[in-house]
Amino acid sequence: MIKINVDMTKCQHYGMCVFEAPDVFKLNADDKLEYTATADDSERGNVEAAIDVCPMQAIFIVD
Amino acid sequence: MSKPVVIVGASMGGLRAAEALRRFGYTGAITAIGDETWAPYNRPPLSKEVLAGETVSHETVAFPQRPATADVGWVLGHSVVSADLANNTVTIDDGEVFEYSHLIIATGLRPKKQVYPNNIHAGRHIIRTLDDAMGLRSALQPGKKVVVLGAGFIGCETAATARKLGCDVTVVAPGTVPMLRPLGEELASELQRRNEAQGVKFLMKRTVKDLVGEAHITAVALDDGTELECDVFIEAIGSHPNTEWLEGNDIDIVDGLLCDSTLRARKGTGDIWPNVWGVGDVVRFPNPLYDDVERRVEHWNIPSECAKYVGNAIATGDISATFRPVPSFWSDQFDVHILAYGLLTIADSNKLVEGSIDGDCVFEYYREGQLVGAAGIGLRSVVMGYRKIFEG
Repeated sequence: MIKINVDMTKCQHYGMCVFEAPDVFKLNADDKLEYTATADDSERGNVEAAIDVCPMQAIFIVD
Repeated sequence: MSKPVVIVGASMGGLRAAEALRRFGYTGAITAIGDETWAPYNRPPLSKEVLAGETVSHETVAFPQRPATADVGWVLGHSVVSADLANNTVTIDDGEVFEYSHLIIATGLRPKKQVYPNNIHAGRHIIRTLDDAMGLRSALQPGKKVVVLGAGFIGCETAATARKLGCDVTVVAPGTVPMLRPLGEELASELQRRNEAQGVKFLMKRTVKDLVGEAHITAVALDDGTELECDVFIEAIGSHPNTEWLEGNDIDIVDGLLCDSTLRARKGTGDIWPNVWGVGDVVRFPNPLYDDVERRVEHWNIPSECAKYVGNAIATGDISATFRPVPSFWSDQFDVHILAYGLLTIADSNKLVEGSIDGDCVFEYYREGQLVGAAGIGLRSVVMGYRKIFEG
């Protein structure tokens, strides 16, 4: 398992992470980011891609 | 031993290229050369939240380093002064020569600067590097009179940040409306109104024709004959591609490095250099999503998109698909957050399609009736939907 943390003081809900790891990140009905705090190891590549495209660099994998 | 892949430029594009090489299976040596002393960091916050903080530090903007790229040889604090593409070498400022198997050119841009009759420097700032931001941050003290020359995104973001820090801020620019290109009249005018409501002043259709002061800037002289008091003068008038080091080779660097739709550098004859690749905003490339016109695209997602393509191409040899990225950008000014997808700069018309101009809203952009871009304030799910449309 990997642990995911998003710094919600930085996040501006641009949603670019949603394209990279749709099973981990989504925008809710109010267009606010929601994410799962843990994910299967197989998601690591997708979450790293989400980290890379985050305009606010607000996403972290907690190893 | 085979020669390394040499990446010139150690910012986001260079880092992402190294990461992509590893991700797609390249196991050979990688050398990345950059003129800044800092390890790769994220530039956009330098005009926004990082500049607004108490202190500016590398730690707050550094990109995380991944284990896969731990063995990249970083040569930092050195600029590449020349390249010999026919002999597969580059030379750095202390004379050391690096041979390469593939060369990745990711040298980016540097801000343009005006040359004034009274060309004094104290009190004068640009914003591109971490060092620029550190210098500017210490100057942005409450009550200081700040003049920003240029009303593009970086100018407007920097103006908003300076205002938030308690400065008295005026944006001076020759255009009619800030951010007119790419946003178009209606949305750009609304952003001007919102920035003015926060206390940023705009002097449009004006320019700075000289600086006033002896040791330090005290005012700027405008083209209408008036003077504007000024403690901090920020030039945000666009950028030059860093390509001088490539001069003397059979390439086109008239406005950035001309590449084909596989991101390989073009020769004057139209042939390509098979092992010379371009990454990021230094590159002028055609985008088959739109047409065959070669353009430089100064958006944050372009270096990463280029790096992914080039890393895969070098690692696997696969260039069967052309490079066709959907450009995207965002901007934060006070509580306004803009997100856009597509190539808005080529649009000849636009219209409001969702929401209202004084609240959250989405605009579509057209060229000859064809949808080429979308931008919105808020309404994220709607704006995101366009990316899928543009990806085709």
